[in-house]
Amino acid sequence: MSTTPEKAGVDTVSVTIDGIQVDVPKGTLVIRAAEQIGVQIPRFCDHPLLAPVGACRQCLVDIPDAGNGRGFPKPQASCTIPVAEGMVVNTQATSPVADKAQQGIMEFLLVNHPLDCPVCDKGGECPLQNQAMSNGRGETRFTGVKRTYPKPINISAQVLLDRERCILCARCTRFSQEIAGDPFIELIERGALQQVGIYEREPFESYFSGNTIQICPVGALTSADYRFRSRPFDLVSTPSVAEHDACGSAIRVDHRRGRVMRRLAGNDPEVNEEWITDKDRFGFHYATEPDRLTYPQVRDRVEDGGDGSLRPASWTEAFAVAARGLRAAGSAAVLTGGRVTAEDAYAYSKFARVSLGTNDIDFRARPLSAEEASFLAAEVVLRGPGNGGVTYGDLEAAKTVVLAGLEPEDEAGMIFLRLRKASKPGRPGGGTRVVAIAPYATRSLTKMRGQLLRTAPGGEAAALESLSSHAEFGIDSTTVILVGERLATVPGALSAAAGLAARTGARLAWVPRRAGDRGAVESGCLPGLLPGGRPVADPAARVDAATTWGVDSLPETPGRDADAIVAALRAGEIGGLVIGGVDPDDTSDPAATRAAVEAASFVVALEVRETEVTRAADVVFPAAPVADRAGTFVTWEGRPRPFPAVFSRPTSLPDLRILAGIAEELGAMGAGHELGFRTVEEARAQMEEMGPWDGQRATLDAVPASDPTAGAGAGLALATWKLLIDNGVMQDGDKAYRATGRKPVARLGRATYDAVGPTVTLTGDRGSVTVPAEPADLDDGVVWVPANSFGNGVLADLASPGSRVTVAKGTDA
Amino acid sequence: MSGAATDVLTPVLTDNWDQERSWTLAAYESRGGYRAVDTAFAMAPDAVIDAVKESGLRGRGGAGFPTGMKWGFIPQDNPRPKYLVVNADESEPGTCKDIPLMMASPHTLLEGVIISSYAIRANKAFIYIRGEVLHVIRRVQRAVQEAYAAGHLGSNIHGSGYDLDVVVHAGAGAYICGEETALLEGLEGRRGQPRLRPPFPAVAGLYASPTVINNVESIASVPSIIGRGHAWFASMGTEKSKGVGIFSLSGHVQRPGQYEAPLGITLRTLIDLAGGVREGHELKFWTPGGSSTPLLTGEHLDVPLDFEGVGSAGSMLGTRALQIFDDSVCVVRAVLRWSEFYKHESCGKCTPCREGTWWLVQVLTALEKGDGTEADLDLLLDQCDNILGRSFCALADGATSPIVSSIQFFRDEYVAHLTHGGCPFDPAAATLFAPAGATA
Repeated sequence: MSTTPEKAGVDTVSVTIDGIQVDVPKGTLVIRAAEQIGVQIPRFCDHPLLAPVGACRQCLVDIPDAGNGRGFPKPQASCTIPVAEGMVVNTQATSPVADKAQQGIMEFLLVNHPLDCPVCDKGGECPLQNQAMSNGRGETRFTGVKRTYPKPINISAQVLLDRERCILCARCTRFSQEIAGDPFIELIERGALQQVGIYEREPFESYFSGNTIQICPVGALTSADYRFRSRPFDLVSTPSVAEHDACGSAIRVDHRRGRVMRRLAGNDPEVNEEWITDKDRFGFHYATEPDRLTYPQVRDRVEDGGDGSLRPASWTEAFAVAARGLRAAGSAAVLTGGRVTAEDAYAYSKFARVSLGTNDIDFRARPLSAEEASFLAAEVVLRGPGNGGVTYGDLEAAKTVVLAGLEPEDEAGMIFLRLRKASKPGRPGGGTRVVAIAPYATRSLTKMRGQLLRTAPGGEAAALESLSSHAEFGIDSTTVILVGERLATVPGALSAAAGLAARTGARLAWVPRRAGDRGAVESGCLPGLLPGGRPVADPAARVDAATTWGVDSLPETPGRDADAIVAALRAGEIGGLVIGGVDPDDTSDPAATRAAVEAASFVVALEVRETEVTRAADVVFPAAPVADRAGTFVTWEGRPRPFPAVFSRPTSLPDLRILAGIAEELGAMGAGHELGFRTVEEARAQMEEMGPWDGQRATLDAVPASDPTAGAGAGLALATWKLLIDNGVMQDGDKAYRATGRKPVARLGRATYDAVGPTVTLTGDRGSVTVPAEPADLDDGVVWVPANSFGNGVLADLASPGSRVTVAKGTDA
Repeated sequence: MSGAATDVLTPVLTDNWDQERSWTLAAYESRGGYRAVDTAFAMAPDAVIDAVKESGLRGRGGAGFPTGMKWGFIPQDNPRPKYLVVNADESEPGTCKDIPLMMASPHTLLEGVIISSYAIRANKAFIYIRGEVLHVIRRVQRAVQEAYAAGHLGSNIHGSGYDLDVVVHAGAGAYICGEETALLEGLEGRRGQPRLRPPFPAVAGLYASPTVINNVESIASVPSIIGRGHAWFASMGTEKSKGVGIFSLSGHVQRPGQYEAPLGITLRTLIDLAGGVREGHELKFWTPGGSSTPLLTGEHLDVPLDFEGVGSAGSMLGTRALQIFDDSVCVVRAVLRWSEFYKHESCGKCTPCREGTWWLVQVLTALEKGDGTEADLDLLLDQCDNILGRSFCALADGATSPIVSSIQFFRDEYVAHLTHGGCPFDPAAATLFAPAGATA
């Protein structure tokens, strides 16, 4: 289904620009109408996604007829004037007046500009430089004194400002205010001494601050990360897709001599428009950290006469050792994490079924439930744009968007920006109303102009069920319900969401946190699903998959989920483990996962960097990070986002190539047979050949809503999620970026805070943490903490979400 | 007022200024003050608007837009509240009419505020006063307090059922806030920078609501129009510039001050009223309406001072701030001082004003010192051509006015600075305390 209006339905007006008649939609600005006939009017303050401001005056044109037979006596800023029927516009291409006006403005802009292009990071990709060449005079007439400033100043830990370069177009401040909703930078002072400033006690801490650097039309804003690192003309650009969340943002990776120098937002109107989060922009150094794995390792096992340590091995040896070990371990299971691409997920899925002969596979390296697996099979898999899936465009068109178990600014930045845009007052149709089922009104909800349905952890299912009976919420077919992966921990919540959608006709989408999660669902990295949404329990689906794969049969018994795999490993019911991209601290029970890795008789780890899992593994394969391989991420919408490899390096391989190598060795031993692909392209071709399941979908095993009062006891209910900028390992390597993160605090209801603040010690069944606290509009029986901003994270150090913790006055350390 | 005939003067707004404690409510009421409010309340609001339209009153803040027509633009079917905002941010070099008016007779303004608000159906009015004139702010605040206490403001004014609250707001020291949309920004608590139009304030002004913004003198003229009738007002002045206005003579005249006369009076008459130019000197140049209006010279003594007359002489009537400069004044120096003012007051929003004024001052400074060449005059004119009509608001247009007009009339004097190697004038001679023997 398309969200863009039919072209024929758009009112158009006919204007004449430089003697050429063109029809453009009503309301189009002159500057963009001119683009339709190939005339680029120079501009600085104008940005298609920001409201017109008309400040820089660079885009002046002559309008001899405004469409009413009368002209403007003076040149007009084409970025602020909408076209009118019959309007006549002469740009610099045909009007000497417009040309002189533009040249005059350009000369003024350069009066106070340092012209330090040879040492400026923007030199070579600078709109001021380029347009001064195309629309300015060659020689300056200004021989006076330019204003100067001490340089640079930090407007945040990451963003630096060289004030003398700034041409005061206000793109950065307008972005921060209009798009991100973080108006922490503003123009201060006046006249030529006007400058971008911050309030001294409020640095520019925005999750989207990097976008201001990208849209700055001069070199005034730079990042601590990229400043002075390279020249644009030395860089090679490769389009890619961001790997930090399920949004699938288009990015551009700029690299030089095998090293990523920076990442920029790509322009994709359907997905991320022109924006990305700072995590997507600055989070790439993890791939070049010193602990990066660059060769396979095998353990010289004591029982085989070795010293028990890992040693470097050749790829072929490692494949053979891994295959032998897995064969000897008897039964084996597969655990994967969120970094894997759809192709990798497909390889893991097929490897488990064909090579290991098991359905014991799960991608959910986080708290999970059987209800969630059923929900994914029944309500999520195979839905995508054009196939019943909700899109970003649908969020904009929806009358109401309900968020449950999802904090979009932290967990899916592009959904946040879309909803903020959609909720703008004055939009046609009145703007989207956002309703959040959450423990408190976050800043993000305020920025989305949303409404809070305050819900204690565990109460989400009941809250969802109550929505349809409250007329004030008006849930109907114009509503979209977005459920986050966190809802898996609340029994009955996903069922309630599905039920609400079914009753009201509202549309439903599931938003995971990680880039690989949705692709893993599609590829069958679940105990009950085969690739393409084929239910394991459906014999026809199994036959269909087995036929494509050229095997006689596939394992029939539905497999264990991640929690059950962990339990089975500890109990000795499973011996072997193939694990990739899993951090035990992210899992439902970190201690149990650690113990399971320890207990497994043979562990094959596929990892980018050294982790506690690789240190415990028997064979370690260096898996390629996204820059070093091609792949596909599937967005929360179900939209495939393929990306090419940026680099070609021999030091690591995609997970699917590693699995193919092990599968070949296993096949030679008579266990299963080859995967039938060795490259990403071959895997893609096989996935395409296999296609989606066209048979009966799995149905939801609905779980009744949990009683929100059940489990109530002493202490506070624990609410938690991960902040966008936190201790995640894929954010390692850029201190300036980390410093822009929000201060980790516990949030408490006012009364509780008054009793125990400002520093609190929280104690749960897994430990105790002492953190600063802030009051918020939570119920007094609830505490919120960021999930991975201190220690080893909440799951390892405190308790699991929804459980009870006690709070006490903390000692100020 | 010896010498010239004073019967050409028509004191209306200034009529009570010589009264004992003229600024008090008692003094104002003793001369019939606040009676025009009742006259207005007896009329329908639209009839008040029509009367002001009929009177031919044009905005006294400089632009001369017909006041009644401006009020008529307020969409009365708009459900949002309507606001009246009085622009009392008088900051233009040379302009000095609103501040003495508010000092001498704040109740004239307040009576105008009540009638004007009633006409546009506003229940809240704001008076935005230039922040530097604290004494005026206090005087207007006191007047508002008196008016509330006497039932001229507040709810059910004079038993009419009409409610009005007045807020006196102090500016924070920015010339740009005299620009109406920058004033609104300032009133809303933001930085004073002009807004993009459309939407125009009449549709979405203060707090995005329909708003009328008028100059102090315009609003203060309303009670007399309603009280004495629009025909009386329209009987004065010229065909398209009706009524009376305050002419502020400053500089090198014997008796500087406020001269209230019908529009269309000439400078020759006004200088006669003021006792002539400074003893022993000749008129050299003058501004008709503040520093933003192009200079005129002795050739223009008989130009009728109305919107059309001054316009056809190549300048603008502006605020009728007649700054008189005699032959002791270096025009380059005067223009440089004005240019420094515009550079200092440019808000920084748009390029030509921000950068242009910065550059103009540097070129003029060099010229005044005798540095540079005659080609710099053409450079100045070209810079002005690149600023005029290219900027976001009219501030920068005003900055070019003295430069272009002074080069037009006094090009030789600029050149003399270059040949003389500096300013040929004695700056002390232009001062009012000029020592005997100081010569031009």
